[in-house]
This record gives sequence, C-alpha cells and structure tokens, in this order.
Amino acid sequence: MTTETITQAPVPVHSRGNRKQARRNTLIGWTFILPNFLGFLAFTLIPVLAAFALSFMEWASFTAPKWVGLANFQRMLASDTFWVALRNTMAYALGHVPLTMALALLLAMLLNRKLKGIGFFRVAIFFPYITSLVAVAVVWNMLFSPDSGPINQFLHSIGIAEAPGWTSSSDWAMPAVIITSVWRDMGYYMVLYLAGLQAIPSELYEAAEVDGASAWQRFWNVTIPSLRPTTFFVVVMLTVSSFKVFDLIVVMTNGGPGRSTTVLSQLIYQEGIGEGKFGYSSAISLVLFLIVLTVTVVQFKIQQRRER
Amino acid sequence: MTNMAEDLKAEAQFAGTGLASAPEDRRRSERKRSTRERKARTTDTVIYAVLAVLVVALMVPFIWMVSSSLKENNQVLTVPIQWIPTEFVWSNYTDIWTRIPMMGYLQNSLYLAVIITCLQVLTGSLAAYGFSKVRFPGRDVLFLAYIGTIAVPWQAYMVPQYIMMQNLGLTNSFNALILLQAFGAFGVFLMRQYYMTIPDELCEAARIDGLSEYGIWARVILPLSKPALASLALLTFVNTWNDYMGPFIYLTSNRLWTVQLGLRSFVGQFDAEYAMIMTGSVISVIPILIIFLLGQRYFIQGIATSGMKG
Repeated sequence: MTTETITQAPVPVHSRGNRKQARRNTLIGWTFILPNFLGFLAFTLIPVLAAFALSFMEWASFTAPKWVGLANFQRMLASDTFWVALRNTMAYALGHVPLTMALALLLAMLLNRKLKGIGFFRVAIFFPYITSLVAVAVVWNMLFSPDSGPINQFLHSIGIAEAPGWTSSSDWAMPAVIITSVWRDMGYYMVLYLAGLQAIPSELYEAAEVDGASAWQRFWNVTIPSLRPTTFFVVVMLTVSSFKVFDLIVVMTNGGPGRSTTVLSQLIYQEGIGEGKFGYSSAISLVLFLIVLTVTVVQFKIQQRRER
Repeated sequence: MTNMAEDLKAEAQFAGTGLASAPEDRRRSERKRSTRERKARTTDTVIYAVLAVLVVALMVPFIWMVSSSLKENNQVLTVPIQWIPTEFVWSNYTDIWTRIPMMGYLQNSLYLAVIITCLQVLTGSLAAYGFSKVRFPGRDVLFLAYIGTIAVPWQAYMVPQYIMMQNLGLTNSFNALILLQAFGAFGVFLMRQYYMTIPDELCEAARIDGLSEYGIWARVILPLSKPALASLALLTFVNTWNDYMGPFIYLTSNRLWTVQLGLRSFVGQFDAEYAMIMTGSVISVIPILIIFLLGQRYFIQGIATSGMKG
C-alpha cells in the first residue's frame, strides 16, 4: 500500500525512476489489454497465421498434416469450380460496388439538408442494413418469385412480357442477389457519405455561387473533390466486403442454380468445413486474402497519387 | 485553404452589411429575400415528395412482409398483389409459437447476444485504455496486429478456427461462438478511436489526484465514453443477433439454434407456408427494430466515427 502511493506520486526525472515507471507502465498496459488479447490471440491471430501455414499443407480431417508446398495452389488453379467462383465473386463486386456507391451518394445528397423530420428519412433508409439477413433474403426471394412475385408483376404491368426468372435462372440469380445487397447496404454507406458531406465547409459553396457556378458545376467542382477521402474509404470498404460476400449468397441461392452464384468464401466453407479438406480450402483463403489486400493497397496508392 | 474560406466569409459579411444601408437597397434586398424564401419552400416541398416516394419504395419489402404475415398462405402470391389483406389472419402470430420452437430460438439469440456484447464492451474498453492512455514498449506493434486482422476476411481463417474448436470439443455449443466473437479487434478499435479524442491531461490530473490507472478507467474514462460504449454495445448486439454463418457452422442441434437458423430451416421445411414464413421474419426483425429505434443515434455515430462493420 505504501509503495503504491509512493510510485503514484509525480515521478522525479532521473533515470532509475523512469525505468521503474516504464516497467510499471508495461505491467499496467498489459493488464488492461490482456483480457481481450488472450481471446484475440487464441481465436483470431493464431487462426490467421494457421490459415497461411495450412495452405502449404495437405491435411484432411483424419490424417496428419503434411507439407506439400504449392500443390494446393496447383490443384486450385486447375479446378474449374475455383475459376467459376472467382468470376462470380468479381461479377458480384462489379455490380455491387458502383451501384451501392452511386445510390449512397445520391441519398446522402438528398438527405444532407436541415429539414423538419429529416432524421426520420435517414433512419428509414438506414434500417435495411441492420435487419436480419435471413429475413431480408427470405422476403426478397419471395419478391423475386418468377410466376406471381411482386417484382415480376410490376414488370408485367409496365409492359415487360418476358420477365426474368431471377433466382431460378442462372443468368438472373446474380443480379437478384446484387439488387438485394444494394438495397441492404446503401443506407450504411449513405451514413458515411453524409458524414463526409457535412464536413465540407459551406463557404466553398458560397464562393462557387458567387462565381456563378451552376448546381451541376458546384457538385462536380466542389462536392466531388471534397468527398474524395470519403469516396476512397467507401470504395475500399465496398470492394473488400464484396469479395467477402457469403451469408446473403448462402441464404438466397446457396450458390445455385448450377454454380451461377457460387462465390469464393462459399467455396472455402464447402471445401474446408464441409468436406474437411483443410489445406486446399486454406489455399483458396489465401487467394481471397491476397485479392482483398491488393484492392486495398492499389486504391491506397491511387489515393496517394491524387493527393500529390 | 482555411484562409481563403475565412476571407470569403468576411467578404460575404461585409457585402451583407453594406447592402442594408440605403432604404431602397434594403427594400430590394427584402424582396429578393422573400422570393428566395418562397423558392426555398418550393424546393423543400419537392425534396419532401422525392424523399417520401423514395422511402416508401425502399420500405416495400417490409410493407409486403408485414402484409403477407397477416394473410392465408394462398393469398400471399396473388395476381394482382393485395397490399391490405381482405381478412386479417392474426392467428399466424399465435400459431407460429407452436409450429416451431420460436421461443427457444429467441432465448438462444438473446443469450448469445447479451453475453457477447457484455464481454466485447468490457474487454474492448479495457484494452482500448491500454492502447491509448498507457505508454509502454511494443504497444503500437501490438495494436498494428489488431488493425491488421480487421483487414483479413473472416472467411480466410474460419477453417483453422473450426479445427481449433473441434479439438477443444466446443463445436455444437454456445461457448464456441462466445469465444470467437467476444474478443474481436473491432471493439478495441472503435473504443480506442474514441479514447484518442479524450485529452491525456484529464488522465494526468486524475493521476496527480492519486487515482490508480484502473480508477481512471472506471471513474474518468468510462463515464466520458458513454456514447462510444452505447455504439459498440448496439453494433455488437445487432451483429450477433443477425449473425447467420457463425451459428450455421457451430450450432448443429436444434435446441441451440438462434432465430436466424430457426427461420432459415423453417423456410426449407415448409416452403409453401408463405404467410407463416413472413410471420417468422417479422418476429425476427421486431427486437432489432425496437433496439434500433431506442438507439439509432448511437448506430449512426458508431458508423460515422469508426466507419467499420463488426
């Protein structure tokens, strides 16, 4: 107790006290971090490192792990399913990223004003994002129902006779998933854009107005450049989350019909946990991770070059 | 940049006062202002109309879900769509509890969400204090490891996690999910972001007053970080409640299932019972709706400050 009070007094500036203080700080720091760190180490950090190591091993459920070098990757590159899943994942990202971004920005622009009750609209648009994914998938699957689903009824009513088969057609299943995910996610990115818009100083708009800039010119020359950091962040987040798409696919289409909506993370699940091919599925994991990493690094570089 | 903006502001103020001096000018400026106000009011009305249409369009899936949950099965997919049921089948909401063990599913979801949220908030805020207010060697490298794993997709290491849980004999138990989700890097990150905005001088003053580091955390930092704690708690709760893949991988026996698993399997087994399926969907969404309405401010804050998903 007494030593405790002594060490807590303001530390005199000589080296022994400092060293003692540093050691004490290390101890204190670790006691704060430890409860979280133990769980983090065991259930996140070690599995991440293990995934990397496993991708170079042959390991099925009941055998001993064996180092096989690049064999898993060779097998993966020769596998038709892998390429299909990679292509589908990219198709999903190509649909999901630009659509969500554009709609999120549009919504944020509409909602970025001081109107009575604007909070209600913001909340309503954000709500799909936190709704249970299973409920979302189930409801949209029925909305997309080919014969008498509300969406096709609507399409018939505006004169489209040959309405798409949506989740029962291998051409239309992916667009159906994309529409659902855009609807779900745009409220989230709208919030990010709204935060970005509110950080733009109003003087910039006033100055542009004084210079006689039209609304479009103001949007193009003030809003878009000012939002660049937000856009960068949104694009990275959206792309990364697109490559990770999993739950929505599993619940809505389970990869079908055929293999038309099978994505990488689903393949990892099927090969790894489904069939117990731990090494092989870890190789696919590594590819997924490398894609995500590349996307982030490339976009980071682009952002840096623009800033210069 | 700021200078320019300030100059412009000063200029605008100057122009404003200058115009108001002569009476003629004042009249003109008043007329100008009133037309501008009228114009603004019209724009407001247009914006309201656009927003109303938009919100209704975006809410259609929910409206349809609720409406279908009050119909007979054969009334759900009719041509043309009946938005208001001819006869309200309230019994769907009483029948579902006997058709599937809905109560058990809700209890399981609640149990997992509460425990994971408590652990996440507690350990996350402790670790965030260590990472932001205590200086010690190796701290920043360690924090980098936390940040680094946020960038690694969970799918990339779910297989090693699964093998680990299998070896520990924890598959098909709540403990597996609690261990995997309660110690995430996300909570640490979000809380640290917030603690960085609390001035160090405050901790320094408390230290001089003789408060221990744990005392500072409990009595100075925690009370100040209520909004961040609320954000983290809400985001974690909702993420856990809505999680599908975690329970799907780890919980095999029906008695452990969460609402999401129960609903999904109900859809698989009774795929023609459209109305009942919609009833289940509504019930799975209601708890989230309530929590969301109570704390939507904190959701938005949490997302705006961290910009991250759980």
